[in-house]
Amino acid sequence: MMMLLNLFLPELVLIFMALVFFFLSFTRPSAGALQLIAIIFAGIALFACWLTYRNSGTLFAGVYQVDGFSQTFKGLIAFGLILIIWMGSGLRGISRAVRPEYFMFLALSCLGLLLMCSAVELLTIILSIELSSYALYILIPMRQHPGRRAPLEAGIKYILFGAVATGITLYGMSYLFGLAHSTYLAEIMKVLPNLLVHQPIAVIGLVMLLCGLFYKLALFPMHFWMPDIYVGAAHETTCFVATLPKIGAAALLIRLISLAGGDSVHLVWVLSIMAVLSMTLGNLSALGQDDIKRLLAYSSIAHAGYIIVGILSMNELGLVSATYYVYGYMLMNVACFYVIYNLSPEGRNICFSDLKGLYKRSPLMAAILTCGSIGLAGIPPMIGFTGKFLIFIAVLQEKYYWLMGFAVVNVCVSAFYYLRLVRAAYSSIEQETPEIRLDVYTFLLGLLIIVSIIAGGIFPQNFIHLTKIAIGSILYLSR
Amino acid sequence: MKIMEAYLILNKLNYPILSVVMLVPLAGALLCNLIKDQMALKVMGLIVTLLTAALSLPLYFMFDRTTAKYQFAEVRNWIPALDLNYVVGVDGISVLMVLLTTTLMPLCILCSWNYIRERLAEFIFVLLLMEGAMIGVFISLNTVLFYIFWEGMLIPMYLLIAVWGGPGKDYASIKFFLYTLVGSVFLLLAMIVLYIEGGTFFLPELMNHGFTFVLQMVLFIGCAVAFAIKTPLYPFHTWLPVAHVEAPTAGSVILASVLLKMGCYGFLRLVLPIAPDAALYCAPVMLGLAALSLVFGGFLALAQTDIKRLIAYSSVAHMGFVVLGIFLFSAQGIKGALIEMINHGITTGALFICIGIIYERTGSRDIGKNSGLGMLMPVYVTFLTIFSLSALGFPGTNGFVGEFLILVAAFAKYTLVGVLIIPGVVLSAAYMLRLLQKMIWADSDGHYVLPIHAGDGSYVKLFDVNSRELLMLLLLAVFVFWIGLNPAPLLAVIDCSIENLVITFNTAVHH
Repeated sequence: MMMLLNLFLPELVLIFMALVFFFLSFTRPSAGALQLIAIIFAGIALFACWLTYRNSGTLFAGVYQVDGFSQTFKGLIAFGLILIIWMGSGLRGISRAVRPEYFMFLALSCLGLLLMCSAVELLTIILSIELSSYALYILIPMRQHPGRRAPLEAGIKYILFGAVATGITLYGMSYLFGLAHSTYLAEIMKVLPNLLVHQPIAVIGLVMLLCGLFYKLALFPMHFWMPDIYVGAAHETTCFVATLPKIGAAALLIRLISLAGGDSVHLVWVLSIMAVLSMTLGNLSALGQDDIKRLLAYSSIAHAGYIIVGILSMNELGLVSATYYVYGYMLMNVACFYVIYNLSPEGRNICFSDLKGLYKRSPLMAAILTCGSIGLAGIPPMIGFTGKFLIFIAVLQEKYYWLMGFAVVNVCVSAFYYLRLVRAAYSSIEQETPEIRLDVYTFLLGLLIIVSIIAGGIFPQNFIHLTKIAIGSILYLSR
Repeated sequence: MKIMEAYLILNKLNYPILSVVMLVPLAGALLCNLIKDQMALKVMGLIVTLLTAALSLPLYFMFDRTTAKYQFAEVRNWIPALDLNYVVGVDGISVLMVLLTTTLMPLCILCSWNYIRERLAEFIFVLLLMEGAMIGVFISLNTVLFYIFWEGMLIPMYLLIAVWGGPGKDYASIKFFLYTLVGSVFLLLAMIVLYIEGGTFFLPELMNHGFTFVLQMVLFIGCAVAFAIKTPLYPFHTWLPVAHVEAPTAGSVILASVLLKMGCYGFLRLVLPIAPDAALYCAPVMLGLAALSLVFGGFLALAQTDIKRLIAYSSVAHMGFVVLGIFLFSAQGIKGALIEMINHGITTGALFICIGIIYERTGSRDIGKNSGLGMLMPVYVTFLTIFSLSALGFPGTNGFVGEFLILVAAFAKYTLVGVLIIPGVVLSAAYMLRLLQKMIWADSDGHYVLPIHAGDGSYVKLFDVNSRELLMLLLLAVFVFWIGLNPAPLLAVIDCSIENLVITFNTAVHH
């Protein structure tokens, strides 16, 4: 029992959170109260991650590995959850009747993500991915929207694509199982590096397995769902879909990739082609978008590419920088969604013309949008720059010059549409538009976001140090 | 740490002077978000910039002119995981750039005193942010720090054009942004390659590293593209006239006086010491491009009817001059180039302020509509003449010193290059005198007949410069004559660093 508490505390907190919201769904509490409870639980989960940071061990017959690495990622997810709940103050996009359920499924989806960080066995991996996905399948159609069609369409699309991705993942797993005769990563790890060099089927199996994660990351070719789900889901939900599953997927991806042992040329080729296509396709598609959420969707496809670039360099710095990048990506996306959410009180999707004159309506929001978007573009001193910088160093350490070339060209292309966001926010309009009033908590969150984007970019040392230890522990395991 | 200190003279003052000079504007920028009153904002902006200027004075007076080491240096831990330190320091080359920046910034606030009416808080914010970043570029001794400040200028400058610019600001600002960003990305690549191959981010150590020729070429191309765009060198210059025309006066002053210097500074600080063989190998190309900028910019300036555009093209020509001086690789040429950089900062800054003054009065930058000012604004015209003469390198003004040094160096090294420069010099006289003649004496369709039409049925009178404007112009005029008649103090500051640069360059090349 003590063992369970020592290792499983963050997950237990989220399970309890889901239960509490299940019972709350019998009553009709106000959005503010629900939100407060949710933030408190997320805070406790974060605290629990911190408490269990130094513990390590396995649970449930060795399928569940708790170590510094998993706890770091769980902490990131819990922190992200706090930000996202805090951002969606008032839950304006979700109809009153389903608000407690909304938080319940949010907690369950997060629980799935936490499980992903620790899963070290194929079936556990599938279970955790599915737990987080199933909760999201229900979350996405929960939107207060004049036309019910778009959210439902988004929900259905997400389910269908998710099912296909899971199918491919299971198929890949069956190959790996056939080759390694085990579902435990620890066992697979012993034979996989050798197999990857001699058996093409092992590469195919591993890549197919990774497809489930690529789906969460929205990496080419598993990116098709992204734009429609962004547009269809409520802003709060979109912000969640855009950020946290990527952290979970990155955690699992780093664990799986470190299995490959770092010298599989084929795997690197496959991953880098996917990364390049993802960056290029995402950025080029984003250039022509008018809907801000759709733009962010394509941009996040591109960012998945950058993350993969960091991961596929497979050295310590590469994995650390990918982690740092995912964290920065989360902050910058929360910044953008913060603006989208507060700009449309009625929960409608916004486009460039709505951003016009934002500067006059709310200087803070214009500043946040600027920080978020130029951070995503990778301009110093924002966190996005430091992330890209670290990734580029890691890639060049491995001498993947051509990959670097593609990434750099993509940075230039992406700057154009991120700059459009800034320009729209600071362009003037003739007619008077009402000032946007932010309540104190939202205002504070805005300041927090700006500070963390800039300070995180200038002083990355603590974060790098933390993740370096975490990554070091799993690299040590795999070598 | 020990290795670093071989190149540095650590700061002996009891406060970290360079960090303070860089951080004061940034802190001021944060503060001005709290102030609402327009007048208070302007006064605060002025006080902050003046304070920065005052704080930077010890850099000149306490500068050790007998050493080429980096002075007032500070070293702090930053990202130990990458062995990355916060290292700042100045030598003879950068200290003048820092001083130029701190001197011009109060003028940028002053020249926008009445012109900027809306979003004043943001305007001051952006200006101060720019100042901090520009100083940061000049004091960094670390490639990452350099790059962060270099890129950090991008967004404020973009906003300066995009928010407070003229009618074509959208096009101009995005063009500026994309050109510069593409250049910067090349720079970033070069810097990462430097780190991977050289194993450190610390600039002085990289300078003495001795890379292979192929690597030097890669680094040279990466850096040269970035710096050539920023300088701007023909054929990368097309963003400059557009940006200048649309930017508000303060934006133009910053752009011309400091931002354009960054490219040349980059050549001096990064390219020459780190990739000497490649620089020598590519020198014919660079000299050719510089000469082309000189002549091409001159001809284009001759054809302009918009005063601002004319000065913008003249900047292209002048910066061609500077790059030419740098790529002669002789002490004289580089000294001339550095003096010319300072001169261009003062003179062109002054000319843009002059244009701003007349634009605020007549609402036009067309030469035809601003002609015949001689009898209406005598004081203004006097200053305009002084600065124009300085721009064409008239003896006795600052422009002469730099051009003369470069010309002498060019003839001493390659006579052909010297001959190529001559048309450029003649052209500069031609376009500046044409401008002067039109603006002062010509009687065209403009407002020769007083008073001029204001557009809404009323008439406004053209006033001569007021005391605020007089103050700005007077200050710059003092510098024009001071450097023109007595350049020795400036040369004393840069002597050691440049001799050292040339000696290291020559040994590296002959090695």
